[in-house]
Amino acid sequence: MKNKILLSIAIFFLIFCFIILFKSLNNSNVYVPESISGKPLINFDSQDLFSTIKISSDQIFVDSEFYILNIWASWCLPCRTEHPYLMEFNKNSSIKLIGLNYKDNPDSAKKFINKFGNPYSVNIVDLNGTISIKLGAYGVPETFLINKERKILKKIIGPLNKKLVKEINLIIK
Amino acid sequence: MLASQIGYYSLILGLLMSFLITPICIKNFYNNKIIDIKIFSFSFLQFFLVFLSFFALIISFVISDFSNETVFNNSHSSKPLFYKIAGTWGNHEGSLLLWLLVLTFFIFLFIIKSNDQPKKYRILTILFQQIIIVGFFLFILSTSNPFGYLFPTPKEGLGLNPILQDPALAIHPPILYLGYVGSSIIFSASLAGIVQNYISKKWAKHIKIWILISWIFLTLGIMLGSIWAYYELGWGGFWFWDPVENVSLMPWLCLTALLHSILVLEKKSSLTSWTVILSIATFTFSMCGTFLVRSGILNSVHTFANDPSRGIFILIFLSILILISLVVFFLFHKEKKNEISKIYFLSKETSILINNWFVMYFLSVVLIGTVYPIFLEVISNEKISVGPPFYNKLIMPFLIFFLIFMSIGPKLHWIKTRFKKIKIQFFLLFIFSSFISFLIIKNMSFKNLINSFLISAAFYLFFITLKDFFSKEFSNLSQKISHFGFSLLILSILLNSLFSSELTTNLKVGEKISFKKGIISFESIENKKYKNYKSIVGYFRIEDNEKRLTILKPELRIYNQPYTITSEANIKTTLYSDKFLVMNLVKGNEYFNIRYQVKPFMIWVWISTLIIVLGGIHSLFKKNHEK
Repeated sequence: MKNKILLSIAIFFLIFCFIILFKSLNNSNVYVPESISGKPLINFDSQDLFSTIKISSDQIFVDSEFYILNIWASWCLPCRTEHPYLMEFNKNSSIKLIGLNYKDNPDSAKKFINKFGNPYSVNIVDLNGTISIKLGAYGVPETFLINKERKILKKIIGPLNKKLVKEINLIIK
Repeated sequence: MLASQIGYYSLILGLLMSFLITPICIKNFYNNKIIDIKIFSFSFLQFFLVFLSFFALIISFVISDFSNETVFNNSHSSKPLFYKIAGTWGNHEGSLLLWLLVLTFFIFLFIIKSNDQPKKYRILTILFQQIIIVGFFLFILSTSNPFGYLFPTPKEGLGLNPILQDPALAIHPPILYLGYVGSSIIFSASLAGIVQNYISKKWAKHIKIWILISWIFLTLGIMLGSIWAYYELGWGGFWFWDPVENVSLMPWLCLTALLHSILVLEKKSSLTSWTVILSIATFTFSMCGTFLVRSGILNSVHTFANDPSRGIFILIFLSILILISLVVFFLFHKEKKNEISKIYFLSKETSILINNWFVMYFLSVVLIGTVYPIFLEVISNEKISVGPPFYNKLIMPFLIFFLIFMSIGPKLHWIKTRFKKIKIQFFLLFIFSSFISFLIIKNMSFKNLINSFLISAAFYLFFITLKDFFSKEFSNLSQKISHFGFSLLILSILLNSLFSSELTTNLKVGEKISFKKGIISFESIENKKYKNYKSIVGYFRIEDNEKRLTILKPELRIYNQPYTITSEANIKTTLYSDKFLVMNLVKGNEYFNIRYQVKPFMIWVWISTLIIVLGGIHSLFKKNHEK
C-alpha cells in the first residue's frame, strides 16, 4: 500500500517534469514572436563601449541599407558560438552591425572583442539592461534585422546558426 | 556514396537484430536451463553491424564524400586526416552512432563475462538493455540519420568548428561515452536484479566491476574536457560551472556515491534499496544530460543543433525509461528484512552513508543550479543565469566536513569501532595541518575563514592518506590511492585559485612592460601558412625577478572554413606552476592584446585526477578482495 502511494507520487512528479521540459522545448532558442516583426524600432540613448561618448539611436541608424542589432555579453557562452557568423556579416557592405553590450563589465567586454574580433561598427553599452527591455529582448544573445526605415524585419532569440544566417541573407537580397 | 549506403542498411539490419533477440530471450526465459547460444550470436551480429555502419561513416569522412549530409556539414577536404576521423564523432549524428556502438559492444561483453550469474537474471538484463538499444536505433534512424543523401553533390564541405579541432577533444567524447554507456549496464542489471530478487552480496561483487569501469572512463572523460577548456577557450580556467559541464558531473557524483554504497552491500548486504536507487539514478542522469544538451535547451559549445523533434524524442524515451524503472522498483523490490544488520554509529557503514549524504547534497546543488533556470523560465517566464558564486558558496562549507569524514571514515571498522581505537595522532595531524593552512593564509593579502578551514581539511586528508601509504596494513590500497588523489586535487584547486596572478595589457612588437613579477618583452611575430589555417606566432621573453628567462610563443589561427579566429595559448608547464600567455588581435591596430597568467600547481589538478583514476584501475585489477 505504502509502495503504491509512493509510486503514484513519483509518477505524478515525473509527469510534472515532463510537462515543464516539454514546454521548455517549445519556447527554445529559435523562437520568433510575430508581433514584433514589422514594428518600428524605439529610440534610445546610450554610450559607446570604447570611447564612452554619449550616442543616440538617431546617430546610429543612418547611412546604411540594413542594420543588424546584436545583443551580446562577454559572459554569455552562446555569444561565442554565434560570433563567427557576425564576423561574416561584417564583410557585407550593405549591413551595418550594431552591438549592444548587455549587463556586462566593460573590461571583460573589451577583452571579448579583442579576443574574438570586432564585427560591430558601433558598440553601445546597456549596463542595467533597460534598453534591451525596451527593445523587447528576452535575453542574450538576441539579434534584430532592421531596414532603412528602422522597421524590425526579423528578430532572432538565441544564437545565430547556419539556417538563420541563410534566412537573413534571403531577406537582404 | 557506397560507404553511406552500406552504413545505412547495416544500421537498419542492426535494428532488426533487436527484434530477433527479444523473442528468443523471452522464450529462453521460461524454457531452458542454459542460455540460448543464439543470443550470443545475434548480439555479436548486432554489434558487428553497428560497427560496420560506424566504420562506413569514418570512411565517408576520410574520403570526404560530400554527398553525405553529415560529412558535408562537418568536414572539409583541406582538414588534416586526424581531424577528418575525429570529425566522425564531433557532430550530433556521428556521436549518437558512437554511443550506439558502445552500447551494443558493452551488452555483448556483459553476456560473455557474466557466465557465473543466474540465467534468468542475465536474460532480463539483456532484455532491459535491448529496450535502450532499440530506443537509440529509432532515435538515430528517425531524427538524426548520419547517412542523409545530398544531391547534387556539393564540391566542398562546411568545415568543422575550429575550436573543436583539438587532440584532447578528439578523444574526449569516446571516453565519456564509455562512462555513460557503462552506466546503462548498471541500470539494466539492477532492474533485472530487482525483478529476480537477486540484489545480494554476489550481485554487488559482479556489478562492482561495471561500476568501476564506467567510473574510470567518466572521470577521464570529464578531465579531458576540462583540459581542453583550459588551453583552448583561452580564459585560463578549467571549470566554469557551465550547464553542460554540470550535466557530466551529476552522473559522476551519483556513480561515486554508488561506488561506495556498493561496498556496503558487498560486505554487509545492507543498503540494498539505496544502492538500487543510485544505480537507476546514475543512468537517468546520463540520459537527462543527453536530453538537455542535444535538445538545445541548454546552449554551449556542446550544442550541435537545435531541432525540437530530437528533444521530444529523447524526452519521451527518457520518461518511458524512468517510468519502467519506477514501476519495477516499487512493485518488485522487497527489502530482505532478515538480513538487515544493525548499523552502529561509529562504523564504516555509517561513514559511507555519511559520504553518500554529502555527495547527494553536492548533487542536488548542481542539479538545482542547472535545472532551476529552465523550470523558472517555463513557470514564470523569467530568465536567470546561475553562475560560479552560487556553487562555490553552497559547496565549499560542506566540503570541509566532507574532507574530514573522508580522512576518518576509512579508519573505522565494519560493524563497530570503539572510541579508544581512534588514536591521538589523528588529532596531532589535525593541529599540524591547521598550522600549515594558517601559515599559507597569513602570507595572503586577503583573509577568508572558509578558505583557511578548507585548506586545513584538505591538508588533513592529505597527511592522513600519505601516512597510510607507509603503514603496514595495505588492506585497501585502491581506496588510499584515490583518496590521496582527491586530497591533492582539492589542495591544488585551492592553491591555484588563491595564488594565481594575471596581467592584461596591449603591446606592439619591440615593446617591453615591467610588472610586479618581472618584465615581458614582445620580440617579434612570424606568419605561417598551414593546410587549413593561417597562423601568426608571437615571440615573448619573460624575465622574472630572479632573472629566470621564459620564452613563450602564443599563436593566432585564422581559419577559413568557417571563418574563425582562435587564439592558442602557449603554456609552459612546470611542477610548480603554469605560465600561460595568450595574445589577441586588436582590430585595426598594430597592438596585440596580451594576457599573461601564472597559475601555480596547475599540472597537479590533472595529475591528482589521474591518481584518483589510478585508484579505480587498481581496484579493478586486484584479485584478492579486502578482508
